[in-house]
Amino acid sequence: MTQAEIKLCSLLLQEHFGEIVEKIGVHLIRTGSQPLRVIAHDTGTSLDQVKKALCVLIQHNLVIYQVHKRGVVEYEAQCSRVLRMLRYPRYIYTTKTLYSDTGELIVEELLLNGKMTMSAVVKKVADRLTETMEDGKTMDYAEVSNTFVRLADTHFVQRCPLVPATENSDPGPPPPAPTLVINEKDMYLVPKLSLIGKGKRRRSSDEDAAGEPKAKRPKHTTDNKEPIPDDGIYWQVNLDRFHQHFRDQAIVSAVANRMDQTSSEIVRTMLRMSEITTPSSAPFTQPLSSNEIFRSLPVGYNISKQVLDQYLTLLADDPLEFVGKSGDSGGGMYVINLHKALTSLATATLESVVQERFGSRCARIFRLVLQKKHLEQKQEIPKTPDHAPSRTFYLYTVNVLSAARMLLHRCYKSIANLIERRQFETKENKRLLEKSQRVEAIIASMQATGAEEAQLQEIEEMITAPERQQLETLKRNVNKLDASEIQVDETIFLLESYIESTMKKQ
Amino acid sequence: MAGNKGRGRAAYTFNIEAVGFSRGEKLPDVVLKPPPLFPDTDYKPVPLKTGEGEDYMLALKQELRETMKRMPYFIETPEEKQADPKSKKAKDTDKGTSLANTADVLKKIEELEKRGDGEKSDEENEEKEGSKEKSKEGDDDDEDDAAEQEEYDEEEQEEENDYINSYFEDGDDFGAESDDNMDEATY
Repeated sequence: MTQAEIKLCSLLLQEHFGEIVEKIGVHLIRTGSQPLRVIAHDTGTSLDQVKKALCVLIQHNLVIYQVHKRGVVEYEAQCSRVLRMLRYPRYIYTTKTLYSDTGELIVEELLLNGKMTMSAVVKKVADRLTETMEDGKTMDYAEVSNTFVRLADTHFVQRCPLVPATENSDPGPPPPAPTLVINEKDMYLVPKLSLIGKGKRRRSSDEDAAGEPKAKRPKHTTDNKEPIPDDGIYWQVNLDRFHQHFRDQAIVSAVANRMDQTSSEIVRTMLRMSEITTPSSAPFTQPLSSNEIFRSLPVGYNISKQVLDQYLTLLADDPLEFVGKSGDSGGGMYVINLHKALTSLATATLESVVQERFGSRCARIFRLVLQKKHLEQKQEIPKTPDHAPSRTFYLYTVNVLSAARMLLHRCYKSIANLIERRQFETKENKRLLEKSQRVEAIIASMQATGAEEAQLQEIEEMITAPERQQLETLKRNVNKLDASEIQVDETIFLLESYIESTMKKQ
Repeated sequence: MAGNKGRGRAAYTFNIEAVGFSRGEKLPDVVLKPPPLFPDTDYKPVPLKTGEGEDYMLALKQELRETMKRMPYFIETPEEKQADPKSKKAKDTDKGTSLANTADVLKKIEELEKRGDGEKSDEENEEKEGSKEKSKEGDDDDEDDAAEQEEYDEEEQEEENDYINSYFEDGDDFGAESDDNMDEATY
């Protein structure tokens, strides 16, 4: 792990889980896998706190454990998984576009909690949705369940590995830590639950109705007594599936930009057909016949078979080579060259960076060298075969993989800088922020108890105009920094996908 | 030594043309210090993408950040915990019972009022310093600030206790009376 990655992980862990979890997490990332006592000793933290931190990390799929020989349990951190925390908003927003608010909240709850049972998710999401609905309306558990099942069917959520059912004939003491397993075919199997109920609104006026003070209001009385029907079956978000979706999105939009809407729709159809059949790390999809594609086009897309064939030929002939022709049966067999597509996307990113950083001329040279593979500075022919410095000529080339790695490293550094700057800005204005929060709270409470306009005005004026200006500037800056983080993460995704695809190919 | 032909005369030991500099051309300056921390860029960066999706993700990100801080998974160090006496420990078996994801205003105010206890003394100290400096500098801003804080403090003090205003022994006319009207004597 590079220093930049470790630094970024440290910032992310600290922001989301606090300093103790950060200390343990970063230590594990740096040192590799270690047993519990060694972690406690090396970090100088109490055993109790290390256990708590590990619990949080394991719950969120950031640390895994393994039983080694002699019964020692070792914990290992997954640095790349920690970096995925940057992408949480994208995962949640994508689900919103595909499965609307219900789906969005399901994924959000799963990401916030790491692992959850289906019943817990359904209940929580139903409650949250009910809060946003008009008075008197509630969200039914069945509707949330349906969306959950759809997410599982399309593999966006998956089951967590479980403790295997042991036969009792196993002699000897149980192992110090269970080895969790999951069957491929069970991963998306939804348990048969009959979740009946509706979301509950959290009533702030409950105390008045019941005549009891808030502190004494019993918390979740009925829930604790009911047995959880799907206890032990935990679900998590399947990040790889989302990555596959992002990759498909990127390819489709690239085709749309380069050619036209219809071509991109054809490519989208082909990708959709390959979703379940092709593993996400394959260099190209399974071959699809033109007939099949024609049948699978979205309903209402009225292009004739000949037009489709023409488009497919055009796509296959395009120098970008996103689509390739692999045979002639069935009207023509076509594949999507996933690896080539990712390479093109990564290369385009590099070109764009060169252009924006060094100008159009440099960009032109860069593109030229990329195209010709090897170029010489001045077009001279060598005269002698020996390697004398004055007569050897040097060729320029672009090593795309190397450049992509370097740019990726820079991206990690950039995000770390963005986060640090954002934290600095917030800290600088901490007093002002707290003051403004207090004032807002006071205004809200006064409005709730029915205060006059004049009094509200008076409270609002406690924040002076220059202070308001300062707050505005702060908000604008923080928004910009946050938005930048999100967009740099998009570049990280493209580059990482390309690098991964290239490494798998070799 | 035999090889020391150029005594004091500048001569390269290799063919300078191979590296790319023609003879007699001005060589780049010798580097005396590390490059600046924030070097000037020739081109301004491209503006950020804007749109519905981007706006939504931005709001989500900020919301998530706040939410995560309130979840039971956020473990504070003992020093941090002392500052905020209302923090919850991560001992819930049902990990879903975190503080409100949606803002519960009344609860938040309670929290803020409690926190206001600790910070009140800071503000009072600031006030004292402010008034001392006032005489020295005659700075208008400081004056306003101190006065503002004083006024604000009173307001906060009024809010934080549980007494209903009508319990005051000052009588029902407290505050309602106009200060300007001093014609009648008050008993």
